Amino acid sequence: MPLQSRHLLGLEGVSRDDIQLVLDTATNFREVLERPIKKVPTLQGKTIVNLFFESSTRTRISFELAERRLSADVVNFSVAGSSVAKGETLKDTARNIEAMKIDMVVVRHSSPGAALFLSRVMNANIINAGDGTHEHPTQALLDMYTIREKFGKLEGLNVCIVGDISHSRVALSNIYGMQTMGANVSVCGPTTLIPKDIKKLGVKVYHNIDDAIRDADILNVLRIQLERQDRSFLPSTREYHNYFGITKERLSKSKKPITIMHPGPINRDVEISADVADGEQSVILQQVLNGVAVRMAVLYLLGTGN
Amino acid sequence: MKTKPKLIDELGMHRTLTRLAHEIIEHNKGIESIALVGIKTRGEFIAKRLAERITSIEKKELLIGMLDITLYRDDLRAKLKQPILKGTDIAFDVTDKNIVLVDDVLFTGRTIRAALDQLMDLGRPKTIQLAVLIDRGHRELPIRADFVGKNVPTSDNQEIQVRLKEVDGEDSVLLIEKV
Repeated sequence: MPLQSRHLLGLEGVSRDDIQLVLDTATNFREVLERPIKKVPTLQGKTIVNLFFESSTRTRISFELAERRLSADVVNFSVAGSSVAKGETLKDTARNIEAMKIDMVVVRHSSPGAALFLSRVMNANIINAGDGTHEHPTQALLDMYTIREKFGKLEGLNVCIVGDISHSRVALSNIYGMQTMGANVSVCGPTTLIPKDIKKLGVKVYHNIDDAIRDADILNVLRIQLERQDRSFLPSTREYHNYFGITKERLSKSKKPITIMHPGPINRDVEISADVADGEQSVILQQVLNGVAVRMAVLYLLGTGN
Repeated sequence: MKTKPKLIDELGMHRTLTRLAHEIIEHNKGIESIALVGIKTRGEFIAKRLAERITSIEKKELLIGMLDITLYRDDLRAKLKQPILKGTDIAFDVTDKNIVLVDDVLFTGRTIRAALDQLMDLGRPKTIQLAVLIDRGHRELPIRADFVGKNVPTSDNQEIQVRLKEVDGEDSVLLIEKV
């Protein structure tokens, strides 16, 4: 029962069965990660290129660990010092890499659709590790895995994504994936950071964080992307913290404990206060560990399927 | 496909497993530091049955674990159908244990090779022994079983089917002619 697609470009349109298969498969790799030797020979002889046109620490390390723990050969490519700096097009870069007989490509790029484009010009399996403001499917899969690990299910849970929804590929993949799995997804943030058409995706919109906290089982807190704030979406990060920051005091108003997630990297005391990020309800570090297992599952399913 | 009469029926399987249990105890002079590890799917159930018998003979519990060797297979690349991972569950440290691997049929030996590699990645067992219900020959690797329920010489166009109550609703071993 393989995945329906040779690539993982996004979660839009991915079936419930396929998401379930990835999450179930990841459980097996979580067990591998607990072993004294955290490595299996499954992808021996496969070569995987990590093609990162945008900076990334966590995602690239997570993918690289996943690849190495499956015994694949790994090549890392980053823009600095590459021929892209000399003006090579994405298509030519892709063709040249493919000529070297690689099997899979993990790509991060600032343009939405870059992964889809590669899947059309290359024979390798393509995995989207973030394409602009479009999708970041493995992040959403590991978010779902982490929720399922804690709650045993996704169905019927209220998940609120808080922060900069407009610039977030994590938000979009979360919305597609979690809705498919039957969760109720909502978003919360200042009007300047919430796309006008977001309601068309069937998500509820909050502009008051206390209302969002009242209804939520899980808050997925996004990073305020300081590098994108030059266009004055926010008066200041302090003001953002005052109105939307997740603090212990705010959470204490809720009757039930709320699980706190964050895709990282955290801006402490901007979108989330330090005591909440490190607190009992935070599963942020579990997300990081689960990320390796989920990526191993995706690599395994794509790399050994037909 | 033509099915021949049963090689082993329910009563026969009962007796065979009882004998194997005694042999494992005798060979290891008791069950101190012994652990049974069943290879999924059918090896798991055979291991559980052996463990029950050994426990009732020796009046002591023994360790039991399950191995899913899928990630260690040497034919993953050539596989037509993608195998589903069933999960390894070994809740004890294998280091310094006498491990008895349990499977239903010993054939080419490739499954056992994969199981050995995986066990080595989990630690450093003192010994690894192998118990199988059926040895049908045709080895492709230098591997042999320590405990054999029944030796069944087969030809290439025959297949051995082990049926167990837990998965197939009955206990029997069939020899099937592939046409």
